Amino acid sequence: MVENRPWLTVFSHVVLLAGVAAVAFPLYVTFVASTLSLQEVMQVPMSLVPGDHLVENYSQVLGAGTHSGSKAAVSQMLINSTVMALAIPLGKIVISIIASFAIVYFRFPLRMFFFWMIFVTLMLPVEVRIIPTLQVITDLKLNNTYAGLTIPLIASATATFLFRQFFMTVPDELAEAARVDGASPMRFFWDVLMPLSKTTMAALFVIQFIYGWNQYLWPLLVATDESMYTAVIGIKRMIVGSDAANEWNLIMATAILAMLPPAIVVVLMQKWFVKGLVETEK
Amino acid sequence: MAAVQLKDVRKSYTADLQVIHGVSMDIRDGEFIVILGPSGCGKSTLLRMVAGLETITAGEIAIGGRVVNNLEPKDRDIAMVFQNYALYPHMTVFDNMAYGLRIRGFSAAEISSRVNKAAEILELKKFLDRKPRALSGGQRQRVAMGRAIVREPQVFLFDEPLSNLDAKLRVTMRGELAALHRRLGTTSLFVTHDQVEAMTLAQRMIVMNAGRAEQIGAPLEVYARPASVFVAGFIGSPPMNLIPRDGRLLGIRPEHLEPCAVSEAMLSIEVDLIEPLGADTLVYGHEETPGGKAADIASMARIAARLPGEAAAKPGKLSLRYRREHVHWFDPASGKRIDA
Repeated sequence: MVENRPWLTVFSHVVLLAGVAAVAFPLYVTFVASTLSLQEVMQVPMSLVPGDHLVENYSQVLGAGTHSGSKAAVSQMLINSTVMALAIPLGKIVISIIASFAIVYFRFPLRMFFFWMIFVTLMLPVEVRIIPTLQVITDLKLNNTYAGLTIPLIASATATFLFRQFFMTVPDELAEAARVDGASPMRFFWDVLMPLSKTTMAALFVIQFIYGWNQYLWPLLVATDESMYTAVIGIKRMIVGSDAANEWNLIMATAILAMLPPAIVVVLMQKWFVKGLVETEK
Repeated sequence: MAAVQLKDVRKSYTADLQVIHGVSMDIRDGEFIVILGPSGCGKSTLLRMVAGLETITAGEIAIGGRVVNNLEPKDRDIAMVFQNYALYPHMTVFDNMAYGLRIRGFSAAEISSRVNKAAEILELKKFLDRKPRALSGGQRQRVAMGRAIVREPQVFLFDEPLSNLDAKLRVTMRGELAALHRRLGTTSLFVTHDQVEAMTLAQRMIVMNAGRAEQIGAPLEVYARPASVFVAGFIGSPPMNLIPRDGRLLGIRPEHLEPCAVSEAMLSIEVDLIEPLGADTLVYGHEETPGGKAADIASMARIAARLPGEAAAKPGKLSLRYRREHVHWFDPASGKRIDA
């Protein structure tokens, strides 16, 4: 802006700083708490200066969980969460891109009917269908398995819809040129559509990784065995009773550990899809 | 290279929606054929039927003596250049040209020699490593042609390839295209709505209207003896004047009208628009009704005359004459030419 209005500048900065503080302060408190000993955490008011128990607290939770609450090791939980958060986006991308390819590029009977069937499931999030889904998974004896954790969450209309919208913007002539060039439909899919969809895939991956990582209700029901806990469930299991009975320093360390991977994925992948969004390939 | 035969080719989408009403033509080996017509006349559909991108409802298309009705585009030995070029955006110029050859299983050495040869002809050598988005419109156009050339097909199909270029580049590319055809001698079908492209490129042209071939012939022959009112009105700028006379239509080209004394007038017009173009001057007007009756202006024939550039045209009455041998007659009901 060309305008020079110092008070407006001051005001907007105050608002922005307040916003940053509102988001960052709880994170800071979490971090500080995770570096204190149990006694220090319990003091009122709690210190806002990091303590010297960082290594101790983190190695405790990574190796053996809490002392009084759940004893499950957080390292195993992080592995479980990672498997879940990778399997969900990858599964979704593979299934959705193939489904959208069929819907956009092939004429088959009931094509629109199938598209609308997929589309309608957008209205049915996991929570709505959770009891029948749990029944199915239990009957299939998939409780406490990675398959049970991920498969029900892979079925997705959002991703199918996104790829469909993207494919519709790819000029028809491209498919025709590939046909004249002698490419079979699958070859066209592999050589032309897949490379063009890279950006869409990257965006979906980021969104769905976080979606998978942050799943709460579903793993809470399916993962009842300690070895299958995800990080988010781990935090819940560590909180056992009254406020004083919890080892908040260890719980906070777990919370920090659970927050890091999605943050890393966003930071790393953001470069990718911003680059992708700027350099349109069409 | 091959000859192409169209035998009563028809296309309909539903029982009552027919878009091509039976087109027949024998295209000789190495001929450059232009399919010309206004938008929606079915010219692109006809080309796409030859390419195999549209099914053929009835009739027969043969390439090199082989009926191709039920063959996939890749098996027809054709190459096509699209209006929007349809280059693969994520591939380099080299890969764009090489893609078809790779699928057909050519050796790397053969691919590289063919692509380099095509790049040489089209002056694309410097750009082989670039992606299409880093090229100008004219260069993209050349890559699209290169993709067709490297395949060394029997027939080239061009679907309005020049219409996305600016006017100046279009003229240049038109020349290059003609030179390319002279050099390679490949049978070519070229769809356009631009009559200048058709006149300059075609050895023979098909003028299409509403799914029918109105006339097939060499450009100058079509210009000199249009077979119907449609062709007369579509080719030539400004188009042929069509004046009702004794229940028939008299056709006379604007350049065949010349100013004359009132006593010699064969046609007298009330001039309402003058366009001086330098080399010549276009004069537009309405025919004067003999007897001076105020007939409604819409029913009067609009007449254009191309006068020499130095002619000082002015609004008002203008007397014109023409020579008998330049007159064309048409039947107003059928629109067909009447040969005296």
